[in-house]
Amino acid sequence: MLVRDPDVQVTVAGDGARVVHLSGAWDIRALESRAAALQSALRDAGPAQVSLWDLTQIQRFDHIGAMLVWRTWGRCRPGRLQLRREHEIFFGACETAEAVASSPAAPDRFPLLLALGRGVWAVSGHVLEMLQLFGQLLIDAASVARQPLLRPWREFSAAIYKIGVQALGITALVGFLIGVVLSYLSAEQLRLVGADVFIVNILGIGIVRELGPVICSILVAGRSGSAITAQLGVMRVTEELDALSVMGISNTLRLILPKTAAIAVALPLLVLWTSGVALVGGAVSANAELGMSAYQFFTALPAAVPEVNLWLGVGKGAVFGVLIALIACHFGLRIQPNTESLAAGTTRSVVTSITAVIVADAILAVIFSDVGWS
Amino acid sequence: MSGGPVVDVTGLWTVYGDLVVHRDLDFSVMPGEVVALVGGSGSGKTTLLRQMLGLERPQRGSIRVFGVPLHTCDAGLFKKIRKRWGVLFQQGALYSALSVFDNIALPLRELHAFDADFIRDIVMVKLDAVGMDKRHASTMPADLSGGMIKRVALARALVLEPELVFLDEPTAGLDPDSSEAFVKLVRDLHIKLNFTVVMATHDLDTLVSVSDRIAVLADQKVVVCGPLDEVVRHEHPFIRDFFLGERGRRALSAAPALQTN
Repeated sequence: MLVRDPDVQVTVAGDGARVVHLSGAWDIRALESRAAALQSALRDAGPAQVSLWDLTQIQRFDHIGAMLVWRTWGRCRPGRLQLRREHEIFFGACETAEAVASSPAAPDRFPLLLALGRGVWAVSGHVLEMLQLFGQLLIDAASVARQPLLRPWREFSAAIYKIGVQALGITALVGFLIGVVLSYLSAEQLRLVGADVFIVNILGIGIVRELGPVICSILVAGRSGSAITAQLGVMRVTEELDALSVMGISNTLRLILPKTAAIAVALPLLVLWTSGVALVGGAVSANAELGMSAYQFFTALPAAVPEVNLWLGVGKGAVFGVLIALIACHFGLRIQPNTESLAAGTTRSVVTSITAVIVADAILAVIFSDVGWS
Repeated sequence: MSGGPVVDVTGLWTVYGDLVVHRDLDFSVMPGEVVALVGGSGSGKTTLLRQMLGLERPQRGSIRVFGVPLHTCDAGLFKKIRKRWGVLFQQGALYSALSVFDNIALPLRELHAFDADFIRDIVMVKLDAVGMDKRHASTMPADLSGGMIKRVALARALVLEPELVFLDEPTAGLDPDSSEAFVKLVRDLHIKLNFTVVMATHDLDTLVSVSDRIAVLADQKVVVCGPLDEVVRHEHPFIRDFFLGERGRRALSAAPALQTN
């Protein structure tokens, strides 16, 4: 049987009655390309109640075709309708499924004020929950101290490896390049005033005190913070967190504490490593630009940079590490079981932790503003 | 579709490293049939289903759907074929970021042929057809029960009026009541809309109540494919364990075709 294209024809019978003939294939595959044309053809056929509708020549029919016709009828059957028996169910489906128009929600009266209030509420909620998480971690840490043998040391060492050891390459590369660039730029300026030797002071203080900890923390926040959030989020989606809970295994003790502790230990070490490599990069560049030998550079370093700066940098690393871990875990635990929330949570976690690192760095800079100058 | 098989698998080989999953397998489905694929775990049911959907490529052999060889035809034709079938995944595979309504509306919107009002009406028809309350239209998939997820997934599979429907374990994870209701729904829709069904299943009750033919996958091929009474008479250890164990007898006792035994 040849299947013809859908067609609408209007004829006038002997007694003057209008008859609308529908023929051909009225299914989704035929209508896909010509729905609009057929809809207007049906509308041109005149009001539904006036004519006799002959649908017996329709070869293929489905819900889509039926709905197209149904809507031009104004959602009720015309008085005179000829229809094949097997096509009856499609109109039956249209009849029973009457679309419910959802009433739009009333508009807010003070949208800006509401948005501000919601923002404040959300931020304070986050802060409160993070404090709770921190408190829980302290309690867990105390229980580890009481029974050190029963605790998740394997997770801790695995996390150290993932967060610390595997980041050695990228932090070295970034640190070295930063050292080179900073040294090159400073050398250009210092040469103008003939203050070549101060390159050691600029690089030493700048890298050990500020750049090393901050750059390293930003890298770790992007690398490990996002990984922690995504992992906890997927564990929420797949109900693994609930599975742990019902076994009586504490989520915070087993998952969050090892990671937080690992970042708090690994990040200061990474800071030392990054600062060291950055200083090497700086020395290389100083050698090329100013003809200062590496021996000269590194023997001048202890005098230019008091030791306390090193401890300041390492301490910052530990503080930033705990911040990153707390923020990553907090956002990971809040993820709802759907993909959208997973994406949003991971993004928020990374952005928040990088912002938090920089804000904390500024605060620490103010607090320690008169410490560590030679 | 002029009388030929809707799905035609010939000489299919699937090999993962040293593991041969399918060895020279043949399988076909005629229009309007409900064919069930059964087999033990690891017998390659799901793999076969995925190959018929074009998600995996077999090492050798051809798979024709609507007469078109899936793995050698050009992309445009394949895309047309994909609009003619509907798939119900085992876990429903609803898009978790979209509401029930948007999940069902998505395939229609992708056609770019119908306006938003029309799509809303069609979605309501489909929700109604699978027995879902319209109140659930704005619900997110995470808030649905297992049975409702299956229903919504079925509505989404049927929204483009497919001629062929693939069901992967349609009743897995459902309690007996909702499983029975879902099977009845599939059967009713099949009678009304006359699509062809290929399903992979473990569930004897589903097999007995909806399938016209049963294909048993064992020893890397389809050992028998026929109506229930024929399959049950076939001598094969898997069939004996599967159908004639205690659980099997209980389900079979409900089958009208076998009451004479």
